[in-house]
Amino acid sequence: MLDLFMTIFFMIIKVIGITLILLLLPVPLTWLERKVAGHIQQRLGPMRVGWHGLLQPIADGIKLLTKEDNIPIYADKTLFKLAPIISLIPPFLVFVAVPFGEDVTLFGRKTGLYISDMNIGLLYIFAVAGLEVYGVILGGWASNSKYALLGGLRCCAQLISYEIPLGFSVMGVIMLTGSMSLLDIVEAQSQIWNVVYQPIGFFVFLVAGIAEAQRIPFDLAEAEGDLGSGYHTEYSGMRFAFFMLTEYIVMLTVSVLIVLLFFGGWNGPFLPPIVWFILKVGFFVYLFMWFRFTFPRYRYDQLMSIGWKVLLPLSLANILITGIFLA
Amino acid sequence: MVEAIAFYVFGGLSVLTALLVIFQRDPVRSAIYLVACFIQVAALFVLLRSPFLAAVQVFVYVGAVVVLFLFVIMVLELKKERFSEYIHRGQRPWALFIIPALIGEVGYLAVKGKSKASLGPYSEEFLVKQGSTESLGKVLFTKYIFPFEVVSLLLLVALMGAIILTMKRGKE
Repeated sequence: MLDLFMTIFFMIIKVIGITLILLLLPVPLTWLERKVAGHIQQRLGPMRVGWHGLLQPIADGIKLLTKEDNIPIYADKTLFKLAPIISLIPPFLVFVAVPFGEDVTLFGRKTGLYISDMNIGLLYIFAVAGLEVYGVILGGWASNSKYALLGGLRCCAQLISYEIPLGFSVMGVIMLTGSMSLLDIVEAQSQIWNVVYQPIGFFVFLVAGIAEAQRIPFDLAEAEGDLGSGYHTEYSGMRFAFFMLTEYIVMLTVSVLIVLLFFGGWNGPFLPPIVWFILKVGFFVYLFMWFRFTFPRYRYDQLMSIGWKVLLPLSLANILITGIFLA
Repeated sequence: MVEAIAFYVFGGLSVLTALLVIFQRDPVRSAIYLVACFIQVAALFVLLRSPFLAAVQVFVYVGAVVVLFLFVIMVLELKKERFSEYIHRGQRPWALFIIPALIGEVGYLAVKGKSKASLGPYSEEFLVKQGSTESLGKVLFTKYIFPFEVVSLLLLVALMGAIILTMKRGKE
């Protein structure tokens, strides 16, 4: 009885912990992104609020909280209010199956640094991550505005197209490990990282991951030059903040998955595992920000032809090559 | 006990949302209730110790099929449907006769029918093992390889058909 109670207690602690981390991490990330932007463009970035602008995200948060919550007259009000919340749910659900490290001992009890180690781990992650389309498409439609609708449709087509190469690119990793559980996948990389065996898989996953996170060079959904700002054109205040929050959490999710699938997860010499994990994830988050201020945006037709004519054949070839080597 | 409660909650909700799908006038809302219904069915698969099927259900139906429904609804700008548009002349008397007959038949089969699946001595471990991705994959590629390949061929033909249909429209 006590055992069951403790298991539930640990589970609740873990769920609350991961939720808090995911909700709070975008705060420093927005500051980092603006700093990276500033220094890449040879300016200082935010400097006024706090030391080197460290309190800038908090000031932004207060601003967004106190803004008027504007709902267009002809909008579908229920769906308009629901869409930001729907878009926020999938990134959190993904982290149910994401491990952060091996078992640790807490209060004399062994417990894993993950919520659930599923037999179908990766499949679950892709299934749940695919639900993110709904926030986008419903937000775009409910706004009842042309910019928002076009942005929503574009973004929806982009997410669906890139989900396919994304799913196929990890097939090689699954074939190498013989398991879809992320714990097994990380364990199998304790000697050599998967990126050595799967360079093509990694490349496809990285590019498709950037597209799934809707970041430059694939942020067609909110191409401000021709679409206002895409599906969240009509959103303001906290509802807008929800969409931004989602975007950052998805970026984080893609970075975490790249590290777990191709860069050995928390494996590494000398430093404790969790430090390695944070360093690797941090590097990829930085890489995403670096890309944003380096590359121009693709046109929409280019985006589609990259997805279907380059990435998809590459990922299929990767499966074939991996199969030949394994056989 | 817990499982029985979970089953009735998910089952009840799936029936309720399925009814809401057809009683909605607004096609977008219908699609959303369809998503809710599919998620309940996925939960039922989990209760049946088949997490793989549950994930596939969410992946394919929720993540792709309904999204395409929504896509079409939004591009075509379907307005709230009017019920009368979809009722053809002379349909009503036939419907009034056939629908009760079908419901009666289903009810009769549910009560008296012999098509009950054998409950068998299935243990917890057996079910978990049977539902795992590994055993499912092995069975699909050994025992059921022929039907599996037939289904994939069918899908390929459907795919080619869809491409050809859009190509013809492009030429005009």
